Amino acid sequence: MSFSDWLLFLHVAAAFALVAALTVFWFVAVTARNVDRPVDSLRFFRIARPANVLVVVGTMGTLIFGIWLAIDLDAYQVWDGWVLAAIVLWAIASAAGQRGGIVYAQAAKLAGELASQGRGEEPSGELKALLQDRRAMWLNVVSSALVLAILVVMIYKPGA
Amino acid sequence: MSAFAVIRPDDWNFPLLLHVLGATVLVGGLVAAVTALLLGWRRDSAFYTRLGFWALLAVAFPAWWAMRIGGQWIYSKEGFDELETEPGWLGVGFITAELGGLILLITIVLTGIGMRRLRNRPDSTSVLTRIGGVLASLILLAYVVAVWAMSAKPD
Repeated sequence: MSFSDWLLFLHVAAAFALVAALTVFWFVAVTARNVDRPVDSLRFFRIARPANVLVVVGTMGTLIFGIWLAIDLDAYQVWDGWVLAAIVLWAIASAAGQRGGIVYAQAAKLAGELASQGRGEEPSGELKALLQDRRAMWLNVVSSALVLAILVVMIYKPGA
Repeated sequence: MSAFAVIRPDDWNFPLLLHVLGATVLVGGLVAAVTALLLGWRRDSAFYTRLGFWALLAVAFPAWWAMRIGGQWIYSKEGFDELETEPGWLGVGFITAELGGLILLITIVLTGIGMRRLRNRPDSTSVLTRIGGVLASLILLAYVVAVWAMSAKPD
């Protein structure tokens, strides 16, 4: 196996980590959409913990190993149109996902605080509002759609 | 050079997209299921088993079909079915896909039965769902190896 093959594997593995993390986030978001008790929401947030790591590894790994690969392979350049398009999509997807994730981090923090105050079993309107925040949901829709667009660009390589 | 790195005929792209998208979502479904089933070993078994079961049935299982159909499609498009000897990486892909699919089905059945049993006694644990958690972890591990074989394509 050549060095380029390893770079490609790491790039693809990072892409798997990123999409797998988004899949976990969507699964948790859909199944937890009607949750209003802190104790219940904390159970869901525990499932998302590995995805919190995977999304960082995947986001950074796809960019770093992707650019490295474009530099390493003679067939492609970092300034190729489809590579630049993917980088721009990556930047917007990352920003949208990060902003959307802030609301869920606030919800997790609030649920933890309420549980530590002994109010874990009591329904919380504030917690439910954070978990059903429409802006956060749309930011995550945009982020996921752009990640899908990156995958399309990577496979179709328009202009290459 | 790998299929990812070369310029392919345009009509190969959609099957490959279906294969890759299915595989990535499959891994995501397995990550959610493994996390839930392993969390259920120690606490809230009924709750986590239910989530693990649905992650397997509603996410991983349909994604497995997308991965497998896309894979077979690109296999015939690339003409691998006309080769006398298949490359080793393709064999790894086939074995992990087929065997992984069978184990995935068994895991869904075991977890489903465990979920039904836990419904009647939510404070206990289920051996079946623990076996399901181990099997789902093994499938996930096998698919990590498959990602390596399919992307790096070692000789």
